[in-house]
Amino acid sequence: MTFSPQLETKFEKLLTSYPEGRQRAALIPMLLFAQDETGSLSPEVVSEIASRLGLTLLEVEEVISYYSMLRKQPLGRHNLQICTNISCLLTGGVALFEHACRKLGIGSGEVTPDGRFSIEEVECIGACSWAPAIMVNYDYHHHLTIEKLDRLIESLQEGSQDHAVQ
Amino acid sequence: MLFNEPSPLEVKVLTRRFQYPDSARIDTFLAHQGYQAFQKALAMTPDDIIQEVKVSALRGRGGAGFPAGLKWGFVPRNSPKPKYVVVNADEGEPGTCKDRVLMVNDPHQLLEGMLIAARAVGATVGYIYIRGEYRHVIDIMDRAIAEAYARGYLGRNILGSGMDFDAYTHTGAGSYECGEESALLESLEGKRGNPRIRPPFPAVSGAFQCPTVLNNVETFCSVPEIILNGGAAFAALGTPKNGGTRLFALSGHINKPGVYELPMGFNLLRLIHEVGGGIPNGKRLKAVIPGGSSCPVLKAGECDLPMDFDSLAAAGSMLGSAAVIVMDEDTCMVTAALRLMRFYAHESCGWCVPCREGTHWLKKLVGRLHAGRGLSGDADLIEEVSRNMLGRTFCPLGDAAAMPMISLVTKFREEFEAKIGSAADAGPGSDQLVVL
Repeated sequence: MTFSPQLETKFEKLLTSYPEGRQRAALIPMLLFAQDETGSLSPEVVSEIASRLGLTLLEVEEVISYYSMLRKQPLGRHNLQICTNISCLLTGGVALFEHACRKLGIGSGEVTPDGRFSIEEVECIGACSWAPAIMVNYDYHHHLTIEKLDRLIESLQEGSQDHAVQ
Repeated sequence: MLFNEPSPLEVKVLTRRFQYPDSARIDTFLAHQGYQAFQKALAMTPDDIIQEVKVSALRGRGGAGFPAGLKWGFVPRNSPKPKYVVVNADEGEPGTCKDRVLMVNDPHQLLEGMLIAARAVGATVGYIYIRGEYRHVIDIMDRAIAEAYARGYLGRNILGSGMDFDAYTHTGAGSYECGEESALLESLEGKRGNPRIRPPFPAVSGAFQCPTVLNNVETFCSVPEIILNGGAAFAALGTPKNGGTRLFALSGHINKPGVYELPMGFNLLRLIHEVGGGIPNGKRLKAVIPGGSSCPVLKAGECDLPMDFDSLAAAGSMLGSAAVIVMDEDTCMVTAALRLMRFYAHESCGWCVPCREGTHWLKKLVGRLHAGRGLSGDADLIEEVSRNMLGRTFCPLGDAAAMPMISLVTKFREEFEAKIGSAADAGPGSDQLVVL
């Protein structure tokens, strides 16, 4: 299978970033960057990356199962990662998580039927001094309140509709 | 990019360039002493560099507080193998958000610290292992690396010195365990992040089984200052054996949460009340986790102490990553304990039994107790399980769960006891361990 030229350029650089004979080191970045482009690590993606690195499928699968960001099923177009760990717990993170679940009608790890949203209750995302915080895909949102979360979800909903019209 | 208003009490050393526009760009860096420490290091012998770092009393900022100069000195200089510099930017300890601030605002400072370390041990390649969630940080570091190559601070024959050094970012993909140095090295090599048995330590056998200097972001970022103004001046900023400043990340129930750079040994109560503006809504202080979630909790009455490694150790806790998590009088310590035990159970890599089993049993026991279905004796059992994990695992994750747990269940015993059997329907058969 083929990836976008941008991703292929990234892969080329990765394959020369590690000592000769230790190209397996590129595995985790390759998986994550591929997933960013394809949405999930489908069997085709897994077998393509395995063959490029000369690894068995098992060697790749055991790595995928270890890392919480690597996934074999696609999540929503907007993946809300809501932190409820200690600093966010103390500042209202649980209420944000529960509110998002109610509003979107899904639980952690689930995707809305239209594929637009998913929610993950996540461990610390390194935004503790700006808690409560969430991430939407790779974007951080700090000092959230229920009202700000509502506005954020609504703006993403509108954005998705525009996208769908185009 | 600043995340919070600075405090007038701050002593800005590592964060001194943050005030300038475009502080992440190489032109700003060069205009404010950037890469001057590295040029000075090029004229020094490797032994002199390491000696300067030893004099500085710089201790590992990731959490363990191991003397950095000593660690560098363990790298075998005459090994025929290639040598590596690896930066731990996996920042995952709950409460901790300082490395992100350092990399986003002044990425070249980190590169300069790596270059000086490379010069000290003869390394030619460096990797910055950054947690996968920090994609924007990776982008900023990649841009800084490209700038450094373009200006001749990375690559072949750097500044005509004959020194070669290449630097790369490397993304993680979601794993707290990979912040542990040997697990990080496994992950860097494209494997599951299970810890390695030590010895050998990374200084002898690290990245790709070669000698490796591995330190936290903040540790490397401290090095340029040490070389530029001398180890003695850096040491004098802090307390004996605790040189320099630290980036304290204040979070939780605090009026002015944020990341503040203060001298090592700054008083914890002053940090909370004078720097952090005290507790919101006029509430009283109940407890503080002083150095990230793995550190034993301090009760309010135990907080009048200097924030350095040795003072915290003497108080039965740890300075750790200097993430100060503040809890007010209304905080339920059983709820806090449950959330932390859920975290450690989720993040245990499963490689060794005391941690894999222990973290899950703690989660279940605290969960049962939290749900009002605990049995009398559960508080003792929680403490016993925790004590049986201590020191019995390959890496510190088991201890990281057990230490805060022991402190919570002993210092706030009455809260745990009060929860026992408190559920309305608690009775025979209600004590099954709820899987959360």
